[in-house]
Amino acid sequence: MNKDTSHINSLENEAIYIIREVAAQFERPVLLFSGGKDSITLVRLAVKAFYPAKVPFPLMHIDTGHNFPETIEFRDRLVEELGLELIVRNVQDSIDEGKVKEETGRYASRNQLQTTTLLDAIEEFKFDACIGGARRDEEKARAKERIFSVRDDFGQWDEKNQRPELFDMLNGQIDLGQNVRVFPISNWTELDVWSYIEEEDIEIPSIYFAHKRKVFLRDGMIWSAEDEVVYRDDHEEVIEELVRFRTVGDMSCTAAVLSEATTISKVVEEIRESTISERGARIDDKRSEAAMEKRKQQGYF
Amino acid sequence: MEVLKIATAGSVDDGKSTLIGRILYDTKSLTTDKLEAIEKTSKQRGYDYLDFSLATDGLVAEREQGITIDVAHIYFSTKKKSYIIADTPGHVEYTRNMVTGASTSQASIILIDARKGVIEQTNRHFFINNLLRIKDIVVAINKMDLVDYSEEVYNKIKADFEALMSKRDYQDQKITFIPVSALKGDNVVHKSEEMPWYKGEALLEHLEQLNKADIYNVGTPRFPVQYVIRPKTDEFHDFRGYAGKVYGGNLSVGDEVMVLPSKTRSKIKDIYFYNEKYETASRRSSVTITLEDDINVSRGDMIVKENDLPTIDKQFTANVCWMDATTLTPGTKYVVQHGVNKVLAKVDRINHKIHPDYSGIEKDVTELKVNDIASVTFKLNKPIFYDQFKNHRTNGSFILIDSQSNNTVGAGFIQ
Repeated sequence: MNKDTSHINSLENEAIYIIREVAAQFERPVLLFSGGKDSITLVRLAVKAFYPAKVPFPLMHIDTGHNFPETIEFRDRLVEELGLELIVRNVQDSIDEGKVKEETGRYASRNQLQTTTLLDAIEEFKFDACIGGARRDEEKARAKERIFSVRDDFGQWDEKNQRPELFDMLNGQIDLGQNVRVFPISNWTELDVWSYIEEEDIEIPSIYFAHKRKVFLRDGMIWSAEDEVVYRDDHEEVIEELVRFRTVGDMSCTAAVLSEATTISKVVEEIRESTISERGARIDDKRSEAAMEKRKQQGYF
Repeated sequence: MEVLKIATAGSVDDGKSTLIGRILYDTKSLTTDKLEAIEKTSKQRGYDYLDFSLATDGLVAEREQGITIDVAHIYFSTKKKSYIIADTPGHVEYTRNMVTGASTSQASIILIDARKGVIEQTNRHFFINNLLRIKDIVVAINKMDLVDYSEEVYNKIKADFEALMSKRDYQDQKITFIPVSALKGDNVVHKSEEMPWYKGEALLEHLEQLNKADIYNVGTPRFPVQYVIRPKTDEFHDFRGYAGKVYGGNLSVGDEVMVLPSKTRSKIKDIYFYNEKYETASRRSSVTITLEDDINVSRGDMIVKENDLPTIDKQFTANVCWMDATTLTPGTKYVVQHGVNKVLAKVDRINHKIHPDYSGIEKDVTELKVNDIASVTFKLNKPIFYDQFKNHRTNGSFILIDSQSNNTVGAGFIQ
């Protein structure tokens, strides 16, 4: 096996190493699963890391209630097939309990509200490590994130006081009440994830592929008109287009792109040629230049 | 395609962020929306050129101060290679960030402002790159446009830097000088037409032709056990696999091995990567190994070839880079994390402090402050299995953890 010659293989080896460190260093780890391609990739890596044993930690989905239906169906099938344990916590419950308030207006989204539900769930299960699929190439603030990123009791990220990470050594020592966010695919780019999905023949939800959808245009972006949670003004005209999604976050803040890519190899080809970055299709980052950093300081993933 | 990790070092205003931004721009790695954001902000600030440094200066605090304050990772790829740049700041107080960035890199770019030449900071950058035994270094002499693309200026800086090279500890380091203008794009991705006297390669051309063999330090195989895999299922009832990453060299099925610290001998039975068996596990692969004999192996143990043992000892001396606001003093206890193994360590003595600008050493030192580099002797509560850093980058390095704060407070390179 000459695993160190290929670029994807070296990223895979690194990610498996990180996931194993989590299982070895923490009492109660959890893998945060969104149903998106990055977390599906993480699940594959976790399965590989512990074969032939089972993945020694559960998955947890913070459900905004605004997920694409395909994502939820896919999630349930995946955990069933792999025999994984799944925990679901709902943003709707946090709203009903009065812990958070639903946003209103044109750009209303539940993306920010997830943070409260997530922090509550971490406390409920006493999770000490949360594995997530964030990548450093996604956004400028993420580029400074560590692989093991310590969060205080309030889930906050102190970007000026991060632990240095040298060589392969990951320091997972924490105090009671703290937890660590772990990012095994930190060094992967969007194209790397797609190439890996292609190479490994990993199944992903259908909305990642080109399909006909009723949409409307706003701010130069394409929004789904098929789902009620996406706010639409009456004058915003509904048209049908061949589109796919590059991310599958909260429907209300995830825009589609025009695409004819109906297979994984065509998607990879399209990403290779693409000149719009992935987060360009996430409206919540565009709210302000420092949007992501602010959300991270508050405990967002 | 392969991955090349590069560390960058430069002083404030040497144009490091601009250089990286320029590389991204000229390799068409900046996406439309990022480019738009740069154009918009450059215009708002009234610049008559594109401020590429905006592509990398990530945090709000940095934008406010106009400086880079932490290690940022930047990704781009060409047809030949996939690049990861660890952008580390060059101020004196951020030595720790430079050490951190260099620890995971195979190549390094040191920036020099052509108007200022070799300054004290340059010495530090070179020292750290040498301390960490980075095999390939590019000295990019930047802002050549501001010195009329003068060959004389370039030659003077080159000569000054070469004088420094004789002082280095690690001589087997390839150093290439390239005159560039990050702002104008000369010799960054494309060869410059302004400097016909320079016959060498542009910066990216140089990086593109680097061979893996030239940039990776290899040693003997070391397999620190990360995690013991015991499925306890009907199908794999007696399976006992040792998960870990192979460092230094390859391991193969049938290899006569020794498990440390128990010094038990055995043979490698199978090498798994996921559900496939392989004859050989190459360096840096995350595999699962089974042994012929049923012996007790746990996390932190190390599997090595029987005829190629590391040093097994309860004390060692190392060059330490101290990274914390607290001070290191003799007698203090820390956790030494050596790979995945953790032991308790006591600072036995500080032998001497090393000035990272090549101005010599300082004896009779009673404490280390943040960003100090010193030779320190440690005593451990149990033996570890190490190699000298010069022979093994992974098995010769460790981090120090403060068991009060849990912070990573230092890094060490075993002598």
